[in-house]
Amino acid sequence: MRLKDTSPRNLAHTARRNIVLKLLYFSAFFYAYRSVASNMPRSIAPWEIQRKLQVKAEDKTNPRYGCKPEERPAEEFMRYGVINLDKTAGPTSHEVAAWVKRILKLQHVGHGGTLEA
Amino acid sequence: MTGVLPVTLEESTKSVQALLHSGKEYICLMKLHGEPGEEKVRSVLKEFEDTIYQRPPLRARVKRQLRTRTIYYSDFFEMDGRNVLFKVGCEGGTYIRKLCYDVGEVLGCGAHMQELRRTRAGPFVEGDAGFVTLHDVAYWFMKWQEQKDEKVLRNFVQPMEKSLALVPKVHVRDSAVDAVCHGANLTAPGVLSLETGISKGSMIAIFTLKGEAVALAKAIASTDEILKMDHGIVAQALRILMPRGTYPKGWRSGKRDVQEN
Repeated sequence: MRLKDTSPRNLAHTARRNIVLKLLYFSAFFYAYRSVASNMPRSIAPWEIQRKLQVKAEDKTNPRYGCKPEERPAEEFMRYGVINLDKTAGPTSHEVAAWVKRILKLQHVGHGGTLEA
Repeated sequence: MTGVLPVTLEESTKSVQALLHSGKEYICLMKLHGEPGEEKVRSVLKEFEDTIYQRPPLRARVKRQLRTRTIYYSDFFEMDGRNVLFKVGCEGGTYIRKLCYDVGEVLGCGAHMQELRRTRAGPFVEGDAGFVTLHDVAYWFMKWQEQKDEKVLRNFVQPMEKSLALVPKVHVRDSAVDAVCHGANLTAPGVLSLETGISKGSMIAIFTLKGEAVALAKAIASTDEILKMDHGIVAQALRILMPRGTYPKGWRSGKRDVQEN
C-alpha cells in the first residue's frame, strides 16, 4: 500500500505539474477553437443573397392607374430618379449633391451614404 | 475618396434610407509603417473578415461610440514595398480609415489609409450602365434639353426602384396600394407574392404589380408565416414613396364617399 507523500518538496512538484497540464489543456482548446473559427463561413454580403419570389395569390393590375418605372414620362422619371455618380476627389459628398441640384435645376437632392474624407 | 455616390433626385430622396444601411465595397490603398512581409499582411486581412468592434475615428460625422460592424470579405490584391492594395466589402457605417489603423495595430508596425475608392453602394456598382461623372450629368442634361429625347434622360438617370433592389420585396394588389399610401398597415389579403428571406422586424419594400415602389416597411412576420396567413397585419409602413391617389381608393368610409362614387 502506497502512502501519500506530503513532504513540501513533493507538493510543490504536483502543483507545478498541474499548472503545466492546465496550460496544455488550455492551449489545446485555444488552437481547436481557432481552427474551427477560421473554417467558419464568413457572413454573406447583402448583394450575394439569392432571393426567390414566392406567389401567394394571383391578380391582374389595371393599366389605367400607375405605370411601369421605365415608362414614366420624362419629368416624372426625373423626379423619381437616382443617379449613380462617380464622385471625384476634392469636393465633399454634400457639395457634389448640391452641384447636381444646380445642374439639373431641382428643388431636392440627397445622397446615399457620405463618402467621407 | 472617390467612387460610387448614389444621388437621389426630388421624390426619390425618400428612398435613401434603404441605401444608407446597405453594404458597401471599397478598394483601398493602405500604407504600412514597417515591413511585416506579405504573408502576414494577407493573414491579418483575412482575420478581419468577421463582425468587428469599431470606434469611429476622431474626425467623424457620427457619435464616437464603440459599435459593431461586419466585414463581409477582404481580399488582398497586391503589395509594393509598404503599399498594400486590397478590396473590402463591409456593412454601411464601417470606417475604412479606422480599419486600416486597426490592421496596422494587429500587424504591430502601424498603418494608415492612403487612398480609397468606393466600388459599390448597395445595388449601385462601379462600371454599370448609368455610372456617370458630374461632367456626364451636365452634358447629358444639356443634350436632353436641346433634343427633348427621353432616351437621353434614361442614359444617366435610373428609376428609384433600382435603389431598392437589395431590399426584400412584397408585391401587393392594386386595391391595397392607396391604403398603404395613406399610411395603413399592409394586411395579408393584399399580398400577392413575396421574396424569401423576410424575417420579423426586417425592412421590406412594397411594390405594385407594375413594379413601382409604394413604400418601405417593417415586416411583422417572416416569409413562411406571411404565406400561411389569411388575415392580419403583415407590415407597418416606414416611409411612403408613392403619392396618394395614384391608385384608386379600395376601401369604404361612410355614406358620403358612396354617394360621390
